[in-house]
Amino acid sequence: MSALTFRYEVPGDDFTRAGEASSDVKRKLKQLGYSPEAVRKVAIAMYEGEINMVIHAGGGEAVVEMDPEEIRVTLRDQGPGIPDVEKAMQKGWSTAPDTVRNLGFGAGMGLPNIKKYTDELRIETEVGVGTTLYMKVFA
Amino acid sequence: MTVKEAAQILEAEVLVGENLDVEIKTACGSDMMSDVLAFVKDQALLLTGLCNPQVIRTAEMMDMRCVVFVRGKEVDPEILELARSRDIIVLKTKYRMFTACGLLYSGGLRGESGSL
Ligand SMILES: Nc1ncnc2c1ncn2[C@@H]1O[C@H](COP(=O)(O)OP(=O)(O)O)[C@@H](O)[C@H]1O
Ligand SMILES: [Mg+2]
Repeated sequence: MSALTFRYEVPGDDFTRAGEASSDVKRKLKQLGYSPEAVRKVAIAMYEGEINMVIHAGGGEAVVEMDPEEIRVTLRDQGPGIPDVEKAMQKGWSTAPDTVRNLGFGAGMGLPNIKKYTDELRIETEVGVGTTLYMKVFA
Repeated sequence: MTVKEAAQILEAEVLVGENLDVEIKTACGSDMMSDVLAFVKDQALLLTGLCNPQVIRTAEMMDMRCVVFVRGKEVDPEILELARSRDIIVLKTKYRMFTACGLLYSGGLRGESGSL
C-alpha cells in the first residue's frame, strides 16, 4: 500500500482556526484504524506545531503522509526562523508575548512536547527564511 | 463518577451534550492549554476559565470527554458548535476554579490516575 498524502494551508491571521488541520488529520487517522496511541501522538505533536506556525510564523502549510508503518508530518512556514534551536527546545523557553499567553499558549512547552510525542523529529530553520518541522510517528 | 454527577455537584448548566452518562475518573484544571497539552495524561474532564475555541481543540487532541467553563463565563456559540461537532460535552458552572475543583475532588474525582 502506498502512502496517503494530505495537504493543508494553515492561515496565519486567524487564531480561532488554528488546529483545524490537526483535527482533520486526527479524524482521518482514526477512520483508517491507526492505534489510539499513534493517533494521539500525531494529534498532539501536529497541533503544537500548527499553533506555533500561527503564533510565531504567520501561518504555513502542512503535509501529512500516512503509511501502514508510520505517519510523517511536515510543517513548513516562511516565518522569522528560530535563531537558537537548542534554546527553543528547552522546556519553558518562549518568546511568545502576553497576548498569546492570554490565549492559553506560550508556556514554552510546545517544541519539547513535540519531541516527546514523536519518534523522530528534525528541524530545519533559517533566520529570515522560515522553519520546517519533519515529524515521524511509528504506527 | 459520571459527567451527570459532576454537573449536579457543580450545579452546572449543560451547554452541549445529550448523554451525560459518561464515566470519568480523573480531571484537571488549567487556563494554560500549553500546560494541558504538556502535562496532562488521561484526564477526561477539563475545568478552565479560558474561553476560546482552542480549549475545545485541546480537549479534542487529548481525547477528553468534557469541558467545564468556570465562573459563569459566557461561551460563544461558535465554541459550542465546535464542541458539538467533536462530541465533547460542555458544562458551565458559576463556581470559580478553586471551588469547582474542590467540589469535584470531595465528590471522588482525582487528578492523575494512579495517584492521589
Ligand atoms: N515555527 C516557528 N517559527 C519561528 N519561531 C518558532 C517557531 N516555533 C517555535 N518558535 C520559537 O521557539 C520558541 C519555543 O517554542 P515552543 O516550545 O513551542 O514554545 P511557545 O510556543 O510556547 O513559545 C518560541 O517561543 C519561538 O521563539
Ligand atoms: Mg508553541
